[in-house]
Amino acid sequence: MGWDYFGPMSGEFWMGTDYLGRDILSRILMGARFTVGIALAAVTLAVAIGVVLGMIAAVLGGWFDTLLSRLLDAFNGIPSLLFGLVVVAAVGSSIPVLILTLTAIYMPGSFRFARALAVNINTMDFVTVARARGEGTAYLITREIFPNILGPVLADLGLRFVFIVLVLSGLSFLGLGVQPPNADWGALVRENIEGLSLGAPAVVFPSIAIASLTISVNMFIDNLPTRIRDRSD
Amino acid sequence: MTDTPLVSVRDLKIGAVTDAGRKVEIIRGVSFDIAPGEILALIGESGSGKTTIALSLMGHARSGCSIDGGNIRVGTHDVTAMSETARAGLRGTEVSYVPQSAAAAFNPSKRIMDQVIEITAIHKLMPRAQAEAQARDLFRALALPDPDQIGRRYPHQVSGGQLQRLSAAMALIGDPKLVIFDEPTTALDVTTQIEVLRAFRSVMEKTGMAGVYVSHDLAVVAQIADRIVVLKNGEIQEVGTTGQILHAPRHHYTKELLAAFEPVPHVPAGGRDAPEDQAVLEVSGLCAGYGALVNGEPRAKVLQNVNFRLERGRNLGVIGESGSGKSTLARAIAGILPAYRGKVLLDGQKLEPALHARRKEDLRRAQIVFQLADTALNPAHSIGTIIGRPLNFYHGLRGAKREARVAELLDMVRLPAALRHRLPSELSGGQKQRVNLARALAAEPDLILCDEITSALDTVVAAAILDLLKELQGELGLSYMFISHDLSTVEAICDDVLVMYKGEVVEALPAARMSSEATHPYSRLLISSVPQLDPGWLTGLEQDPELVAAFAQR
Repeated sequence: MGWDYFGPMSGEFWMGTDYLGRDILSRILMGARFTVGIALAAVTLAVAIGVVLGMIAAVLGGWFDTLLSRLLDAFNGIPSLLFGLVVVAAVGSSIPVLILTLTAIYMPGSFRFARALAVNINTMDFVTVARARGEGTAYLITREIFPNILGPVLADLGLRFVFIVLVLSGLSFLGLGVQPPNADWGALVRENIEGLSLGAPAVVFPSIAIASLTISVNMFIDNLPTRIRDRSD
Repeated sequence: MTDTPLVSVRDLKIGAVTDAGRKVEIIRGVSFDIAPGEILALIGESGSGKTTIALSLMGHARSGCSIDGGNIRVGTHDVTAMSETARAGLRGTEVSYVPQSAAAAFNPSKRIMDQVIEITAIHKLMPRAQAEAQARDLFRALALPDPDQIGRRYPHQVSGGQLQRLSAAMALIGDPKLVIFDEPTTALDVTTQIEVLRAFRSVMEKTGMAGVYVSHDLAVVAQIADRIVVLKNGEIQEVGTTGQILHAPRHHYTKELLAAFEPVPHVPAGGRDAPEDQAVLEVSGLCAGYGALVNGEPRAKVLQNVNFRLERGRNLGVIGESGSGKSTLARAIAGILPAYRGKVLLDGQKLEPALHARRKEDLRRAQIVFQLADTALNPAHSIGTIIGRPLNFYHGLRGAKREARVAELLDMVRLPAALRHRLPSELSGGQKQRVNLARALAAEPDLILCDEITSALDTVVAAAILDLLKELQGELGLSYMFISHDLSTVEAICDDVLVMYKGEVVEALPAARMSSEATHPYSRLLISSVPQLDPGWLTGLEQDPELVAAFAQR
């Protein structure tokens, strides 16, 4: 039993081996830590910042809202992958840099989404009642508005997570993401791309991993809104 | 009846599927006939199935609903047994429909004429020129201004009352045997409603068509219907001629409806300790508006120089039609819309115009309750949380003390204490409005601003809310400022009444003698326009055409 590179699927190596003869299954399992971990961290940061700013902008209105909205709109105009490439090229690639870059790319969208939802809730009579009672901005945001936008925000979070996984995989595939010897799924596709011509499973399985993660998260959020509604008591 | 009826409905059953997938019967075996040329009214509160029955006469059931049993015959057609294509042929030519909201029924991007004569084109009834001529005749019959040219306008270029009459023209052009009117005047102001009702009645008399008139308003129905069907929960409670239903109702539910319609006149609360001259609310020179400020004045000025005073323990009614500035007045007093000029004194203390500049104590003493009970309650909070918040916010109550007070407040508005664990969506409209009141009461206010709080409720439910308000006033010594477009409601609860027109108070009147003491032409017009439960009211009504031209937005 030799340590073959680009080995086929076997009882010992369920998904074959990679360009150095390492077990692909183990590499994918290790890669999940980077792909899922970085994407989760980035999406949590992006949505948290975006939703908080979006609700504040909706409640305060006026110049604060206008300034923030136009600023983030302008930022949204920069192509996301290009922005990622430039940042990584300028400061080098490390996990914190990747997380912050992805956060920066996806925060403005989350802001816009949350603001639009919050503006609608903000005009409802129950918010007017709370305001007439003398409640402060913090109460209005956390107690009156947030519970009513939570459902769509969670669905949006799932969608944004999928986008982040794809951009991260894209960056890694271009060699600008997670650096060797570590590898996320995008990097696994990149380092085993040679095996494609040899018919090796090494390049196929990381791709399947990316696809199945994004598809399953999508299917999960499709079923989410009713569940959120059901448990909101 | 010796003739064969035009319409006969036998044991009609209509079912609906709930969100949970459960099948419920919403119309439970309804039978009635309509003779040729007769106008039958379907009356009942929301959820009674009146619109559902009316729509079924066209063979139509709203999405989620289906006609499950029984038999509907219109003319020689068996509507229940027809195919959908055959039913489409029936609609517009045999049976036609006048919807509640004409504004939503017209396509805003097409000229009125094209929409009115659409039925003749769809059913290939007549050439276009002939259809247009017929439409102009209908416009004339419906007393529309400029009948020859009005068809060239777009829907947004005519008033709401005109649009409603145009939608009747749309329904009548195919010369149907039966016209269904689905609450066609509910969304209109009273002074507009009169003209529309008159037009409907005269055109129905001239053409001799039969009609079904769906409404929750007995007084409106009394003016137009020959017979009335009283519905509740999808079942017929009573059928009778208009005169019999109004004067000799047999069923207790009909009696309840009639009783709710004729409110007990308000007896002013006398013998209070507070001296007469102490005003709980005093407003002087109040001006408010919307839009960006130019030289300290907003672009759209709504309220203009409003003055009044409200003494402690008394109630002030504010009446006027939509756009008269009633709600704006309440919002300016509450500080939701800061007034740009004028003074508001609460118990002798000046209130700052803007909310954030007011002291918590001032905010506590004047509470506001809104028209739409459900949008005023946060759907994500339980009733206990909703009522508990002002207790915590104003009085610092926590834990068991707060719980006990919530139960007390629920009891005050005659709701069971167990309701505090429920969400607003699990309550009925009347219950929600009671919760809104309980939340206002939790602040222990001196003044409650009631902005059309009974307008969205059914007659019987609204009457119960009014009774509750009176009881609470007796217990707690509150004052109400009661805004409404419904004069009988205001009469039932208020001592004094302000009549508003285009942002100005045109007259202040004692509520009990509104009709006799009104001197301003607009107040007189408004008061005389409220339908009475007398079938001869509309016929006998005479209004000065100059007054109408000057003030009514027809």
